[in-house]
Amino acid sequence: MREIFTVSLIWSTVRLSTPLVLAALGGMFSERSGVINIALEGMMLAGAFTAAAVTYASSNPFLGLLAGIAAGVAISGIHAVACIRFKADQVVTGTALNILMIGVPGFLSGALFLSSGSTPQIPKEHLIPWTPILIALALVPITWYVLYKTPFGLRLRSVGENPEAADAAGVRVSHMRYWGVLLSGALAGIGGAYLSIGQSSLFTRNMTSGRGFIALAALIFGKWRPVQTMLACLLFGFTEAVSIQMQGVIKLPSGEDIPVQFIQMVPYVLTIVVLAGFIGSSRPPKALGIPYQKEK
Amino acid sequence: MKLLRQLLFPFIAVLAAFAVGAILILIVGDSPLETYRLMFGSALSWPDGIGYTLFYATPLIFTGLAVLVAFRCGLLNIGAEGQLYVAAFAAAWVGITFAQRSGWILIPLCFIAAILAGGAWGAIPGVLKARFGSHEVINTIMLNFVAVALISYLTQYHYRIPGDPIMETAPIGAGAYIPRLGKFIPGLPERIPLNAAFLLALLCCLLVYLFLWRTKWGYELRATGSNASAAEYGGVSVRKQIVIAMTISGALAGMVGINEVLGYRHRYYDGFSDNYGFTGIAVALLGRNHPVGVLISAFLFAILQRGGIPVDAFTEHVTKDIVQILQGTIILFVAAEAFFGETFQRLGFFKGSKV
Amino acid sequence: MLELRNITKRFGDVLANDHVNIKVHEGTIHAIVGENGAGKSTAMRIAYGFYTADSGEILVDGQVRDIKSPHDAIALGIGMVHQHFMLVDTISVAENIVLGAEPGSSLALDLAAAATQIRHLSEEFKLAVNPHAIIEHLSVGQQQRVELLKALYRHARLLILDEPTAVLTPIEVEEFFAILRRMREQGKTVIIITHKLSEVLAISDEVTVMRDGKVVGHLKTADTNAAELARLMVGREVLLRVEKPEPHVGNTALQVRNLTVTGNDGGKRVDGVSFEVRRGEIVGIAGVEGNGQTELIEALAGLSDPTRVSGEIIFLGRDITRRGARLRREIGIAHIPEDRHRRGLLLEFTLAENSILGFHYRPPIVSYGDAFLDEEAIQKRANEIIHGFDVRPANPSLPARALSGGNQQKLIIGREFKVDPTLLLVSQPTRGVDIGAIEFIHRKLVGLRDAGCAVLLVSAELEEVTSLSDRLLVIHNGRIVGEVDPKVATVEEIGLLMTRGH
Repeated sequence: MREIFTVSLIWSTVRLSTPLVLAALGGMFSERSGVINIALEGMMLAGAFTAAAVTYASSNPFLGLLAGIAAGVAISGIHAVACIRFKADQVVTGTALNILMIGVPGFLSGALFLSSGSTPQIPKEHLIPWTPILIALALVPITWYVLYKTPFGLRLRSVGENPEAADAAGVRVSHMRYWGVLLSGALAGIGGAYLSIGQSSLFTRNMTSGRGFIALAALIFGKWRPVQTMLACLLFGFTEAVSIQMQGVIKLPSGEDIPVQFIQMVPYVLTIVVLAGFIGSSRPPKALGIPYQKEK
Repeated sequence: MKLLRQLLFPFIAVLAAFAVGAILILIVGDSPLETYRLMFGSALSWPDGIGYTLFYATPLIFTGLAVLVAFRCGLLNIGAEGQLYVAAFAAAWVGITFAQRSGWILIPLCFIAAILAGGAWGAIPGVLKARFGSHEVINTIMLNFVAVALISYLTQYHYRIPGDPIMETAPIGAGAYIPRLGKFIPGLPERIPLNAAFLLALLCCLLVYLFLWRTKWGYELRATGSNASAAEYGGVSVRKQIVIAMTISGALAGMVGINEVLGYRHRYYDGFSDNYGFTGIAVALLGRNHPVGVLISAFLFAILQRGGIPVDAFTEHVTKDIVQILQGTIILFVAAEAFFGETFQRLGFFKGSKV
Repeated sequence: MLELRNITKRFGDVLANDHVNIKVHEGTIHAIVGENGAGKSTAMRIAYGFYTADSGEILVDGQVRDIKSPHDAIALGIGMVHQHFMLVDTISVAENIVLGAEPGSSLALDLAAAATQIRHLSEEFKLAVNPHAIIEHLSVGQQQRVELLKALYRHARLLILDEPTAVLTPIEVEEFFAILRRMREQGKTVIIITHKLSEVLAISDEVTVMRDGKVVGHLKTADTNAAELARLMVGREVLLRVEKPEPHVGNTALQVRNLTVTGNDGGKRVDGVSFEVRRGEIVGIAGVEGNGQTELIEALAGLSDPTRVSGEIIFLGRDITRRGARLRREIGIAHIPEDRHRRGLLLEFTLAENSILGFHYRPPIVSYGDAFLDEEAIQKRANEIIHGFDVRPANPSLPARALSGGNQQKLIIGREFKVDPTLLLVSQPTRGVDIGAIEFIHRKLVGLRDAGCAVLLVSAELEEVTSLSDRLLVIHNGRIVGEVDPKVATVEEIGLLMTRGH
C-alpha cells in the first residue's frame, strides 16, 4: 500500500490535474453564467497549438502562453457569438468547434511547419513547466473569491440561475454571459498551453485526447463549485496517474492486475452516477443551456 | 415551395463553408479551385472514387439516422460513437465465439448482437433521463469513454491473438462475412470494401422513414419531440418514448459494426471509427433530420473524407485536415441559422417574407 | 404622486390599455381591480418601464416623465414587486436585494454593509427577514418581504404590488396588511393590483376598477361596497343568454369526491372538491383564474402527478383516480385544454396529424396490422372535422401554427367531439377566439349536451359560463363555494362568490 503514495505519484497527480483544473474552472465561468460549454476540448487544443507555435517562433514561452490564451478566447468568442447573439443550440455549436479544432491545428502546422500535425520541438529552456501549475493553484481561491465575493460574481451567478430576475434588477444578461464564455476560453487556453509548452515540448495532433471532456466531467462532479471542482480534478488526475504508474502494483484479491482500462473508466462512471443524483443532488445552474429572450 | 426553402438553407450553409475553406486554402498558398476539383474529382471517379466514397458514407448514414431518431424525440444523442463501438465488438464476439457455424446462423446472430448491444448502450442514457432527469448530452459523452475503455479491455485481455501487436481481436468465422458489392456489380473490383452493409444502410433509411412517418409509434415519438406536453395530453407516455428513441438510436448506430466487422476487417479493430459518431451529428443536422437529407449529407461528408486523401498528397500545403475544417464550419453555419436570416434580410433578400 | 393619462397600449391584435386614466395620491394605498386580462398589470408595467405605451403620458409628482426602462422608474422612486417573484433562489436575501446596485467596490462586495442597511429597513417597516438566509429556504411570505425590501433598498417612494396576496396564507395576508399600513405611516405610496375584493375593502384608501382595457370606475373605498365593485369589474347588469332547450338529464357520468390537488409548495390548489356531472347537462365552474380550475381539470383528465392527488374520481361507476390520461380517453373522456398551444396542438404538425392526436393508435386510424397509420382514414377524419367545424383555411396539410386562434380551437373541438365522448372536460373554450367562432362553438357544445354527453365547462368569462350552464358552481381558493341557478342568479351574486368566496 505504501508503494501507492510515492512522491512520484503525487507529483504525477499534480501535473495531470493542472490542465483539468484550468479547463474546469474556465468551464465553470461559462456554465455558471448559463452557457453550456462542451467545447473545452477544442479550446484547449487551440491554446496548445498556438502556444507551441508562438513559443517556437519567438523563443519566448510567456509570449506563447499569452498567445494560447488569445487562441482560447478566439474560439470561445465564436461560441459566444453563435450562442448568445444568434441563439444557436449550445451543444451543437460546441461539437462543431471541437470538430473544427481537430482540423485547424493540423492544417496550420502543415502550412507553417510542413509537418503532419505537430509543431517542431521546443528546446527545454523555453518551456514553462511550473508557471501553469502555479496559475492553476492560485486560480482556485481567486475563482472562489471572484464568484462569491465580488459584484461581478454575483451578477454572473444570477444570470445563470434566473436571467429574468437579473434583467429586472438591471444586470445586462448578454454582457455577463459573454464574460463567462470568454473567460472559459482564456482558462482553457492556459490549460492547453500547459500541455504543449509545460508538460511536453511540442504540440502533437489531438494531444488533449479527451481532457476537455474530463474537465467537464469534473465540473459536473464538483457541482459547479470551485473547491469541489478542484478536488474532482485532483481525483481524476490521480486516477490517470495511477493508471499510468501503477500497472501491476494494485492487484485484485485473486492476484491479477487491475486492468488499466477500469481505472480509466472511473471518472466517467462517477460523473454519470453523480449526475443521476446518487451522490447528493447535482443541480446545474437553472438557466443553463437556455438562450435568453427578452420579452417586450 | 416549402421543400425548396428547406433545401436552400443547408445548401447555403455548405456553400458558405466552402467559401471559408477557400479563404484558408488561399492563405496557405494553394488554389481553392484546384483543391476542390481534386477533392470532388477523386471522390466521384469510377470505380475507386465512388466505391470508397459510398463505403465511407455507410457508417455516416447509420449514425446520421441514429442522431435523427433521437432528435425527433427531442433528444441529443452524442453517444453514437460509444454505441457503435460496443455493437461492433458484440458482433465480433459472436463471430468469434460461434465461428464454426454456417453463414445462415452466424450472420443473423452477429446482426442481432450488434443491434442489441448498440440499443442497450443507447438505452442507458435514455433510462437515466426518463427516470432521473439527468441530461443525455453529458451521459452519452461519458458513456462514449466508458465504452472505449471497456472494449479496449476486452480486446486486450481476452480476444487478442497472442503475439499480435495490433489492438484487434481474432478474426471472425468465415461464415459471418458479408459479401462485397464488387461481387455483384460489373466493373467494381472486389478489393474495394464497399459491401452489403451499404444496402442495409439504404434499407434503414427507408425503414426509419416508414417508422417515423407511417406508424403509430413513430407518430408518438415525433409528437413527444415536438411538444411533450401535448403528447402527454394525447395519452402518450413521454418517459417511454425517451427510452424507446434512445434505444432505437443506439441500435442504428450499432449497425456501423456490421459494416466494419462483417463487411470489412472481419474482426474488431480498436479505434476503427473515424469520428463517425460525431460526424453523424453533422450529417443529421445538415440533412434537416430527415432520412433523405441524411442520405445526401452522408454522401457529401463521405466525399469530403475520400477527397481529403488525394488533397493531402497532391497539394503543396493543404492537408487532410481541411476535411474537419469544412465539416466543423458546416455545422457551425447550420446551427447559427439566425445568422443567415439576419444577414440576408439586411442585404435585402427575402424582403417581407419570414425566413 | 403618480398619474397615467390616456395611456394606450396594443399587443398585436389586443388592445390591452385603452385611454387609461389613473390618479394615485401620495401617501395612500390605492387598489387597482379587475378580472384577468382587464389591463391592470399592463398599465402598471408601463409605469415601471417594462413596456412603453403607444400613446399617453406618465406624470410623477405632477411632472411628465419619460420612463423607458425599470432603471428610469427606479430613479424616480418607483418600485415594483411582480406576481411571480424575481428572485434568484440559490443566493441569499442580501445578495438578491443588492443585485444590480452592489455596495462596496468592484473588487469586494460589501455584504456586511448591505446587511446592516437591510436590517435598518427591516426594523423601520417591520419586514423581519434574515439577510443571510438563502431564498429557496424561505416561505413565500418571507420571499415577498425580500421583494419589498428590494424596492425599499432602492429608495422607492411608490411601490406597485402585482397580486401580492395570491400566494399567501390567510395569516400571512394579515401580516402583509400590517406591513402595508406601516409603509403608509412612513409616507410611502402603495398601489396593489388585485382581484380580491375583500382585501381591497380591508386595506385600500381608493380604488380604480378596470375592465377590458378601460377604466370603468374610480372610487373612495369608504364610499363603496363589494357588490358595486363586483358589478363594475365583471360586466353588465343583465347577462345575455344563449337559446337553448331544456336539458334531458341522464345518469351520473362523473362523480368527484373530496378531490384535493397539492401544488409544488405543499399548498392545496384544489381543496376537498365534490360534485357530480350527469349525462345531458352542462355543469359550469365560474371563477377568477388561478383559483384551482386549471389543476382541477388536469387532475380529471389524468395529467396531474398522481402523488399529488387525493380523493376520488369516479366515471360511470368506476374509480379512475389512479389511472392515466390514455385510459381516460379510451373509456370516453375527452378534453379541450385551456392552453391550446401547450397542451392541445402540435404546432409544427399538419392539421391532419393534429386531428388524430389522442386517437392515433386505434383503428380506423391504424390499419395494416395495427401498426401503420392509414393515410386515407386520417385524411377522411381530418376533412370531416375541418368541414364539420368550419376550420379555415380548409387544408389538412397546413401546419397548425398557420391557423388563427379561433380556427385552431375549432380544430381541437372538432377532434374531441369526433370520438363521441361520454364526458367532455372543456376549459376556456373561447379564449382568443373571434366572435363568429364563439357563437359556433357555443352551439356545438349545447348540441353535444343534447346528444347525451356530460359536459364540465370551466370559463373565466362570466357571460359564457352562465349562459351555457345548466348548473353553475363557483370556485374560490380551490373550493367550491357555492352553486347557483344560472337562469336566475345575478352578476353581483356570482361576482361576489368569485371574488370573495362567500
